[in-house]
Amino acid sequence: MEGQSVEELLAKAERDEAERLQRITVHKELELEFDLGNLLALDRNPPTGLRRAGPTPEAELQALARDNTQLLINQLWQLPTERVEEALVARLPEPTTRLPREKPVPRPRPLTRWQQFARLKGIRPKKKTNLVWDEVSGQWRRRWGYQRARDDTKEWLIEVPGGADPLEDQFAKRIQAKKERVAKNELNRLRNLARAHKMQLPSAAGMHPTGHQSKEELGRAMQVAKVSTASVGRFQERLPKEKAPRGSGKKRKFQPLFGDFAAEKKSQLELLRVMNSKKPQLDVTRATNKQMREEDQEEAAKKRKMSQKGKMNSAPPRSGGKRKGEHHQGGKRRK
Amino acid sequence: MRPLTEEETRVMFEKIAKYIGENLQLLVDRPDGTYCFRLHNDRVYYVSEKILKLAANISGDKLVSLGTCFGKFTKTHKFRLHITALDYLAPYAKYKVWIKPGAEQSFLYGNHVLKSGLGRITESTCQYQGVVVYSMADVPLGTHILLRYKRPETGDSFANSSQVQLKKKKSAYTLENILQGKIWPS
Repeated sequence: MEGQSVEELLAKAERDEAERLQRITVHKELELEFDLGNLLALDRNPPTGLRRAGPTPEAELQALARDNTQLLINQLWQLPTERVEEALVARLPEPTTRLPREKPVPRPRPLTRWQQFARLKGIRPKKKTNLVWDEVSGQWRRRWGYQRARDDTKEWLIEVPGGADPLEDQFAKRIQAKKERVAKNELNRLRNLARAHKMQLPSAAGMHPTGHQSKEELGRAMQVAKVSTASVGRFQERLPKEKAPRGSGKKRKFQPLFGDFAAEKKSQLELLRVMNSKKPQLDVTRATNKQMREEDQEEAAKKRKMSQKGKMNSAPPRSGGKRKGEHHQGGKRRK
Repeated sequence: MRPLTEEETRVMFEKIAKYIGENLQLLVDRPDGTYCFRLHNDRVYYVSEKILKLAANISGDKLVSLGTCFGKFTKTHKFRLHITALDYLAPYAKYKVWIKPGAEQSFLYGNHVLKSGLGRITESTCQYQGVVVYSMADVPLGTHILLRYKRPETGDSFANSSQVQLKKKKSAYTLENILQGKIWPS
């Protein structure tokens, strides 16, 4: 009994082993190509199974996916592993497939002012050494930057030049000059950047540092300065002949594109109602013409009576009645 | 693209109401869907809500047209009605004028229609009235303003004008005596 059970157990274990092996071994005619750096497995076997499948190849697709994934995992298990914080980690090799660019190629930037000038003049950058021998400190110092070789702001003794004011602080003057140079450099850099990105720089009160500005720019700067008060320019006086600035009103606000359609319809119908109510129900020309016609008829009738009476009293009858002037052409005559 | 302002809506409605009168509210308030007027590049388009929602996905500078163009606003903000609006004006027209086949061709090339070219006309059309011009086969051709038209000035003008209509069918020459003046395009 036990022996049988042991045999059974062994057989069962063997069967299990075979099954497991079968599960993890996949037979493919052509070997797959692996790019483990990208976790990529390329299967070049012809998809005969899929072709035979019919309209719904779901089961076949799933089987194919399972097989290929199994092969990929098998490859991953063969990589050198290491332990990182209680987790077993496989180190992936470098990816061999070259992926395409994610973003498009960057456009060439417009040249800066110096680059344009240099190109025009044909100036090429001279190769310079990074370090320069500094006599004062007796060591090799940088050409520019931190602890540079010839820094005129760091001098401990400055001779007052001949024509300068003796009470002027020369050290402060040098520091001031440096600050101005730095600011100018920064401004130029920003301007180059703005030109490259075609953006507008928020100018310091619209004034140009060197003072060469066009009339329009000065006008704009003046307007901005006027509006930059606490009451947004409401109480700023104007010169006697100065004209009011154009286009300084509020920007027009329109209704949103998909506003409330029902509300729009209602307001339009309301507008139509008002328009129709304003129109006179009485047609004025028709009414006046009718009135004039009636008056003419009355006059004609009266004249006829008079002429009849006259006829009876005196002379032979005239061809009264239909006279040209009395014929109905009311509107035209009155016009 | 934006909706029309109050002022613009008023100007446009006044123009359209010349031809279709109070039937304009049938264009504004339709039973078979929400239609609205939208302004794009100074032109007014009559478009259903569904198409408007689709057109909103196109950028303004690339959008050429949407729905039906009813007309445009000129530089001095006057509204000029276009021929593309005819499909919507013709069914609601209050005063109609039918012109004879001979005059039809001349009319389509932009000439005036003389009294001899006139076939039928809606009764009680008064002077300076906006009319829709049809061919004899009831095909709408365009819109106009009627000038210097005088109806017969008799007491019972309604009955007489209907008699006149009948007479027209028999012979056009009787009509010539009654109608005077030209019909000019708007």
